[in-house]
Amino acid sequence: MLRISRAHWQAIVDHARAEAERPAEACGLLAGEPGDIDVKAVYPCRNAAPEERLDFIYELHPLDHLKADRDAQANGWEIIGVYHSHTHTEALPSPTDIAQAPDPSWHYILVSLRLPTPVVRSFTIVDGKESEEPLVLERPVSR
Amino acid sequence: MPVEVRLPTVLRQHAAGQSSVRANGATVGEVFDDLLRQFPLLAGQVVTEDGSLHKFVNVYRNDDDVRFLDSLATPVSEADVITILPAVAGG
Repeated sequence: MLRISRAHWQAIVDHARAEAERPAEACGLLAGEPGDIDVKAVYPCRNAAPEERLDFIYELHPLDHLKADRDAQANGWEIIGVYHSHTHTEALPSPTDIAQAPDPSWHYILVSLRLPTPVVRSFTIVDGKESEEPLVLERPVSR
Repeated sequence: MPVEVRLPTVLRQHAAGQSSVRANGATVGEVFDDLLRQFPLLAGQVVTEDGSLHKFVNVYRNDDDVRFLDSLATPVSEADVITILPAVAGG
């Protein structure tokens, strides 16, 4: 299970929509406390894939990863996952996503912009097998 | 001359659970040779069998991606921090 605030959920969707205009897949990193289920920070990153393939693949910019990792560490968090968007396909990990999944402890958020309403789902990917996990939206703080 | 090497979560299991270790060397490649002597389970995770940097990791000397420096031949000194992170990509 992964729990995310509405603000962070919206930041991911906004980033995905902005990049879809290019068109390109958006990607970014998620930070949290080690072993915890709460997303504490979202780091939008640049997609460093070759220009002509930006809407089919993503390569998270190495320097953006370093900056996110440092910021997470400075806050007592670590990188606990990655998000990326699919502009024209479902919010499911592609064979490439599964083959290249970098860390079995990570959460993998997929955003699909195929339909007018964005679909956001979370997965774990362990030993080449993906499993969907509940992505829980935190209720807004009541005033 | 020991330098600090920071390891990503996915590699810590091969280094006794440590997030940061110290290893000796005058270049990134020499530091990784020493790292492998200390933690043989890291073999094949950072440097390939033919001795080049693995495409599934990114390695930094301080703020710089070593692929844009001299890769494994990049010189290091004691104050430097080498960071290893997974290359994150998909489709």
